Amino acid sequence: MAHNTVTLDQPGSEIQAEIANSPLRVSYGKLMMWFFLLSDAFTFSALLVTYGLIRYSHPAYDPEIHGAVFQFSTTYWPLPEYVFAGVPFLHGIHLPLVFVGIMTFILILSSVTMVLAVEAGHRMDQADVEKWMLWTILGGIAFLSCQAWEWTHFILGEGQGTVVKDFVNGQWVEKNVIGAGLKENQYGPPAFADLFFFITGFHGTHVFSGVLLNILIFYNTTVGVYARRGHYEMVEKVGLYWHFVDLVWVFVFTFFYLI
Amino acid sequence: MAHTEVNHGTGEVAKPQTKRIWQVFMILSAVTALEFIIALGFDWPHGLKAAIFIGMTIVKAFYIVADFMHLKHEVKVLIWSIILPMLFVAWLLLALLLEGDYMLN
Repeated sequence: MAHNTVTLDQPGSEIQAEIANSPLRVSYGKLMMWFFLLSDAFTFSALLVTYGLIRYSHPAYDPEIHGAVFQFSTTYWPLPEYVFAGVPFLHGIHLPLVFVGIMTFILILSSVTMVLAVEAGHRMDQADVEKWMLWTILGGIAFLSCQAWEWTHFILGEGQGTVVKDFVNGQWVEKNVIGAGLKENQYGPPAFADLFFFITGFHGTHVFSGVLLNILIFYNTTVGVYARRGHYEMVEKVGLYWHFVDLVWVFVFTFFYLI
Repeated sequence: MAHTEVNHGTGEVAKPQTKRIWQVFMILSAVTALEFIIALGFDWPHGLKAAIFIGMTIVKAFYIVADFMHLKHEVKVLIWSIILPMLFVAWLLLALLLEGDYMLN
């Protein structure tokens, strides 16, 4: 520890010196968070590129060939607004993309409360950081709960099901499938459900670990760790991660649900 | 644990500056709402819709990264260290969209 009276009197001056001496004007930890997020962005890009490639290697639904009324079939890629049309407590009512819209809104809102926590950290306002971190954690848990419902709904399925052809012991057998698994599903080609599980699952894992990190930061804030340290940079670093999770959802929402 | 003692001598907590944050929130919500209206209310060709959605997604991504993640206020070298590698991903996407057809035939 440097025996410098300025350093001892002002907690937080240490990190200010680190930032001032860094060529990129950020602390080491924050820079590494940025590069981690960049690598994570590559992973998600790869998943979405894979989605695009597999999707466009399947035929698209064409009303002139497949019939004017859209029906699920393994021969073409499903229209997402017909797959994701359920809302809790409103069973059987066709509400396309409404529930995903609610999830998107929850995640954007929790991103806002996270920036508010970071802003409060800049002002060294411990009470405000606690308040906004708590809202962010609640938002994250709400999103995960919505996703749990959506997965359940997707796996259990709805309606009459779809006739799927399967190659068993050297011959083709037809059977009715309701819901979705990794091998077959009622919505479309097997790869559709596989990609749904992988991409939204990978994103959900990120949300889950984000919630755990947020809880850790919230705890540290309440016991005054950052107040004693003299800065709330940990809130900023975890905030970066949390915004990234929101950012990824914006892309998943577009590529998986809208297009 | 009294948090007044950590406020660098002033003893008072500064007023929050949250105008810009709520402004960005309104933009993000408005763009998302517009996406919904276009997705469900208009019977445009698939390619046109896809192009509009991707454009709107990039607008939302810009506001999240620039304002929420504060990248706008970092030094130029850091901004480019993050944006440049992502531009290569965009290049890959564009290349696949334009020429990926050959792979399937």
